[in-house]
Formats: sequence, C-alpha cells, structure tokens
Amino acid sequence: MRKCSLDSMNLVFAEIAKAASLYLPVDGKDGKTAYTKWEDGLTWSNSLNTVRGPKDFFFPQTENLVEFKTSGKNIEIIDTRSASEDFVVFGVRACDVKSFDVLDRVFLKEPTDSYYASRREHGIIIAAACTKPTETCFCQTFGIDAAAPAGDISIWKTETEVFWQSNTEKGAALLTKLDALTEECSTEAVDAQKEKIAATMKKLPLANLNTDAFGAGKTKEYFDAPEWKELSESCLGCGTCTFVCPTCQCYDIKDFNTGKGVIRFRCWDSCMYSDFTKMSAGQPRLTQTERFRQRFMHKLVYFPENNDGMFSCVGCGRCLAKCPISMNIVKVMKTIGGKENA
Amino acid sequence: MQVKEYKPLIVAFCCNWCSYAGADLAGNNRLSYPADVKIIRVPCSCRVNPMFVLRAFQRGADGVILCGCHPGDCHYTSGNYYTRRRMALLFSMLDYLGIEKERTRVEWVSAAEGAKFAATMNDFAEKVAALGENKRLEDLRCKR
Amino acid sequence: MQKITRDQLIEKAASLLANGTVSCVLGWQKGEFDYDITPAVFDTEDELKANFVWNDFCGANFSKYLVSKTKKCEGKILVFLKACDTYSFNQLLTEHRFDREKVYAVGIPCEGMADIAKVKAIAGDGISSIDCSGEKMAVTTIYEDAPVMIDAKDVLAERCVNCKSKKHVAYDELMGEDGDVIDSARFDEVAKIEAMTPDERFAFWQNELSRCIRCNACRDICPACTCEKCVFDNPNSSVENKSPANSFEEKMFHIIRAFHVAGRCTDCGECSRVCPQHIPLHLLNRKFIKDIDSFYGDYQAGAEVGSRAPLVNYTTDDLEPGEVFERGDN
Repeated sequence: MRKCSLDSMNLVFAEIAKAASLYLPVDGKDGKTAYTKWEDGLTWSNSLNTVRGPKDFFFPQTENLVEFKTSGKNIEIIDTRSASEDFVVFGVRACDVKSFDVLDRVFLKEPTDSYYASRREHGIIIAAACTKPTETCFCQTFGIDAAAPAGDISIWKTETEVFWQSNTEKGAALLTKLDALTEECSTEAVDAQKEKIAATMKKLPLANLNTDAFGAGKTKEYFDAPEWKELSESCLGCGTCTFVCPTCQCYDIKDFNTGKGVIRFRCWDSCMYSDFTKMSAGQPRLTQTERFRQRFMHKLVYFPENNDGMFSCVGCGRCLAKCPISMNIVKVMKTIGGKENA
Repeated sequence: MQVKEYKPLIVAFCCNWCSYAGADLAGNNRLSYPADVKIIRVPCSCRVNPMFVLRAFQRGADGVILCGCHPGDCHYTSGNYYTRRRMALLFSMLDYLGIEKERTRVEWVSAAEGAKFAATMNDFAEKVAALGENKRLEDLRCKR
Repeated sequence: MQKITRDQLIEKAASLLANGTVSCVLGWQKGEFDYDITPAVFDTEDELKANFVWNDFCGANFSKYLVSKTKKCEGKILVFLKACDTYSFNQLLTEHRFDREKVYAVGIPCEGMADIAKVKAIAGDGISSIDCSGEKMAVTTIYEDAPVMIDAKDVLAERCVNCKSKKHVAYDELMGEDGDVIDSARFDEVAKIEAMTPDERFAFWQNELSRCIRCNACRDICPACTCEKCVFDNPNSSVENKSPANSFEEKMFHIIRAFHVAGRCTDCGECSRVCPQHIPLHLLNRKFIKDIDSFYGDYQAGAEVGSRAPLVNYTTDDLEPGEVFERGDN
C-alpha cells in the first residue's frame, strides 16, 4: 500500500493526465457533481457520488456505429469509430465499480460488443471507498463492500492523506508511475477507516434490506402479483430511473438521414417508454404497469436467472433520489418481496 | 488555390397565395435576388411550425425567412395573425438562447410586390452573409 | 410547517368517503424516508390513516393525474389542491382534458414546499428523519446526534420562493383561508439573462442544456403536456429521438417543449423540480410568459376556465416579429 498527502493530489492528477485523459468527480456551479475531464485547477469533489453514473465512459448515451454514403449504385460503408485512447476514471464508488461487472456480462458475452470492449480495454478505474454514505445507499444489500471497492486501483481518503492499492496489472503499472509522488506505508489507517465505514453502513436506514425474496426462479411467483398495479399507479413513464442507473444497458439502433448519407447510431433506450422494443406488431407491453414490472423483474429476477444469480442493481440509490414521483426499487422490493424481507 | 466565396444558404417559407406569387412576379420582371434563397411553398404562413424553422437550421440553413400575405389579407382570413404571434415568440426565444436575431425574419409580401420580394431577399441575404455560417444552431452530422 | 394538519385532511377525506360524496382520494403517500412522497389513490379511511402524508415535501401537482384517474375511478374522486395546483386544474378544464363532474376539489392552504437538495445542503447527507411539525424543521442524520434545526424559509423550493399566488382559483370546498395573488419576483432571473450579451446567453444555455439526458421527465410531469402521443415519441415525425445526440437536438427539444406549452403553462414549476440534472427549465417557460405579458397584455394561464390562450388568439395590431428586438436593447 502506498500513500500521498491530500495536498499533493493536484500533482498526482497532473502525472496521471500526462499519459491518459483523466476524469474525476467535480462539483459544478449548480452544486451537482459530474465526471469532468481534469485540467489544472479542478479539484476532486467531496460529495458521495455523481448525478449520472460512470457508465457513459464505456457505453455512451449516443454513439455513431457506422455511416453509409451512396454514389450512383454503390454504397460506401464507413466505420466511424475513432481509435480509442487510454483514459482513467478516478473516484468511482464501490457500487459503480460493481456496475461494470453487470455491463460486462451483457456486452462482453458472445457476440462481444466491440465498441464497449475497446473502451473497457483502454479504461483504468480508480475506485474510492465511501467515507460518508447517505440514506439512499443500499449497496450492502447486493453484497458490495463500500469500504473495499474493486477497480484497477482502490483508494481511501482520510482528512489529510490518500492511500493507494493496486488490484490489477493495469492498476499496478499506473501506480508505479506515481512512485515519486507516493510513499510505501502500512495499512493501519485504512483498516481503521474500513471499520468506521462498516459501522456507518449498519446505521443506514436501508441496512436491513435483503434480496432473499428475489433471484432466479421467481418469475412465476411474482409475475402476476396484484401489487404491480398499485406500485406503477403513478409512474409517469419517463426515463429518469433508467438513465441515471449505472447498470441499465438497453439501447436502440436508429438511422439518421444527414441529407448526404445515413448515420447509424445507437442511443440509450428505456423500458419505461411506450415505444420500447416496438416491432411491426407494436409494443409488447401495452400498459405502464407491464413496463414498470419489466424493469424491476429484469433487475431482480430475469438478470440473476441468466447470470449465475448476479442482480443487475448495485444499490447506488440514484433512482431513489431522482424519480419524480419517488417510486423506486426499494419500495418494489419491500412490497413485492414482503415486509418481512425488508 | 482559389478560396470559395462564402454564400449563405437561405430558406424562405412562402405562402402560396401572396408571397409565392410575389416571387414569381420578381422572376417575371427579371429582378435578381440571390440564387441561394431556397423557396419552400406552404399553403399559408401559419403552416410553418416552429419545428420547421429549427429543422431548416439543422439541415444547413444560415437564415430562415417567412413570407406571407399582409395582415388582413390572409387567404384564410386570419392565418398570418397566428403566424405573427408564434414567430414573435419563437424569435424572441431564439434570441434568449443567444442565437443571432438577424438569422430569422418575417416579411409580408403580396402577389403584386415582386420588387419588395427581391429587395427583401437581397437585404436578408446580405445581413446573413455578414453573420457568416450558422454555428449556434447547427447539426454537425448534416455538415459532413 | 404547514398551517393545515395531516389529521384535518384525513378527517375531511374520511367524512367525504363516508357520506358517499367521493369514492376515492388522490393524495400523497409516505415513502421510505420522510421526503420521498408518491402520489397515490386511497380508497378507505384505513388506507389514509396508514399511508397518507401531508408535510413540507408534498410538492407534487395532482392536476395531471386527474386526466387518467377520472377515467378509471368510479364515482367522484377527491383531490387536494394547493393554490398553484388550481391553475393547472383550470387549464386542464379549459382544454377539456377531464370531466369536472367527476372531481371533488378541496383547496388547501400551502406555506411553500421544501427542496430536499437545499435541506441536504444545510443538514448534510444521511438523513434519517425530518420532522416538519414544529416551528422549525428538525432534520436528523445518521452522522449527528442532535437534529439540525432549519427555518423552512431557507429551504423553500425555487417555485415557492417566487410563489405567484396563494389564491385558489378553483375548488368545491376550501379548507382554511384563501390567500391573494402575489406580485412575485419570478421574472427577475429571466430579466437577468436577457440583460446578458448574446454570447453570454448562448454560453449559459449551451452549458445548462448540455446536461440534458432526455429522460423526458419534464415533459411527462407537465400538466400542460397532455398529448396522447407526443411529437417526440412519434417515429414518423422525423424528430423522434430518444437521446440528445448533439447540442442541436438538446436545443430543439427544449425550445419546442417550452413552445408547445407557451400560453398554457401556468408556471407550476414541476419541470424544474423533477429534472434529474437540475436544468432551470422554468426559465424557458417564464421567458414565454414574460414575453406574452409584455407583447399581448398580462395573461395568467388557468386563472379562469375557458379563457382563450394567447397563441390561439390575435389582435389586428399585434407587434411584428421584427419589432420584438427593438423593444429594449437585448
């Protein structure tokens, strides 16, 4: 384990940014935190998490896939990808780090999504332990340890120092570059912090939420539950929950006529939308209740069914904070799964 | 190498009954106005949805002008009165978003005003040319 | 602290349920925490007693829900309306979006609603409870033993700081006293932007709108946006797009969204409340309201049922679009 002083972080950022683009959570003028490309003078936000998840770095909201140009009877197909460059995402929380595992399951499974895979290869994740989780946090429900985030490098921040530990080869290589700015140290301070975080996690209002009632094989039990109707009663059908979610990975592929050719692009889609997976026969889920059920069944039942029991929710709490009508996965888990599981 | 002279692309929405006939008259009278003014004929100036104006900019227009019958002379009695309110609000909003106000205009041109049509287009094209390319409401995908 | 209490509202609702005036109640349902409140339909007094809440976080405007709920609910539906909600209520009636006969509207006084983001800015993260029943709001967090006492005035939502009216313009019954229309400073922020140079305005909006994730929450919550099929959801409209591909589409969506409700927007502020990216969308709507007021005379959407909205109206001597810019120096 290595450490550096908090005051020297600007030098550390400068060092990292020499070799690769560096993105870190920065407080905006409106007080909201967003991943921002580092440049001299930007400081690392103290806030717990960013409004949007870090999935944009690997799976951007819109992305051009290919371009078609016609001349006479010929169609020219142009790969619009620019060569991927190395980049570093700094300060990712444990929940968001876990979200990459969920996305990997989808995009790296055969047939591999080469757009996503290339970004994963070029990205280095520096994960930060949570010192101050908030009431909407429930990552422990999904077995995530906020005090020991995965990622290529894990860091812990104390009042005056930042502790570094590499977890992968990529991470070790980057950490070696920072040798001049960091020094070898014992793990005492980090161990103490881990304990403190563990104690805090127990105090969270959602600390006892568990997934016992969910997982593979529960489809028949919950699919026709009468509670879905009541839960979805006031759902607006907007896409906020899906777009702030770090694990939602549905997308649509569309063509844009530029007047000079056609750009085929993909963009995030939301199962809450009325035209989601619309086919010639129409949208298979006709009512908002069915769409609402789809989202939560996918996260809590279908995804674990197909992915060795892994849930596609990481408990980051963004949807709890952002839903316009405050309907969210926690309320669904408590209602559908029964109060005794909450 | 010769530098290509910049000429603004202008979209003119002309109402079928007055302004389109006005443009015709300008042609018949051999009055010249820039060839880069592309006329789109609409049944009435109030057919023009604010989205049309924005999409014209998206597709590469540097200026958008609406021409209709003089207020009171609308073929459909009151269409241009609605246009007037809509465009007043839309243009004010575009200005509020920092988009150059000289890029949009509404002008009333009757079927007898061929000369006014040509003069209006010349003047508008000149003002837009002075602003240069539309950068603030552009869609880069359409520019490649 | 609200002047009217939860118990008074439950009592009112229960008596109207009991005497058969209404068959269900549209109200605020308690959430996981003390601030995440969901609109819900209650059928019985027991349900009300268990889950109904009324506190400083009941900001949701119910008017739009009446469009769907009046079609589903048999018999009359009871709805509690704050003064600002009554404007949306009238506007929807003007547009014949629901059947007035199926609604029993109870006007309730409102002292302004709190913005949880402002509460958190003062009290910090990890809120375990918020007690709004006292003079001051008591916010307890898992990190501090003693609650943080907050003056409700310091955490008012933007739309409540600039509250335009405490007067209820529609109701069947009013609880408490009615207030007055307020001469608020709601256009000050718009005037500030107007006073910027075009370059500054462009930079300001480019920055704000670049955060848009096109979740459509602003549209879906808007009581004026009640089209069965939005133009932006129609694949045949050629403007349909699920996410903002570039800055043009961000601008197009927000200009058109605001334009489609121009003259009908009551300035209820729901769009800005729900925006996950905190884009000040009300500043677009208010620009239209301010312009309408100054171009065509003062007009408040929803102030009365049946009034003709400015964009479906005209006078023969209206201002010319070119003259817009000659007014003032902007």
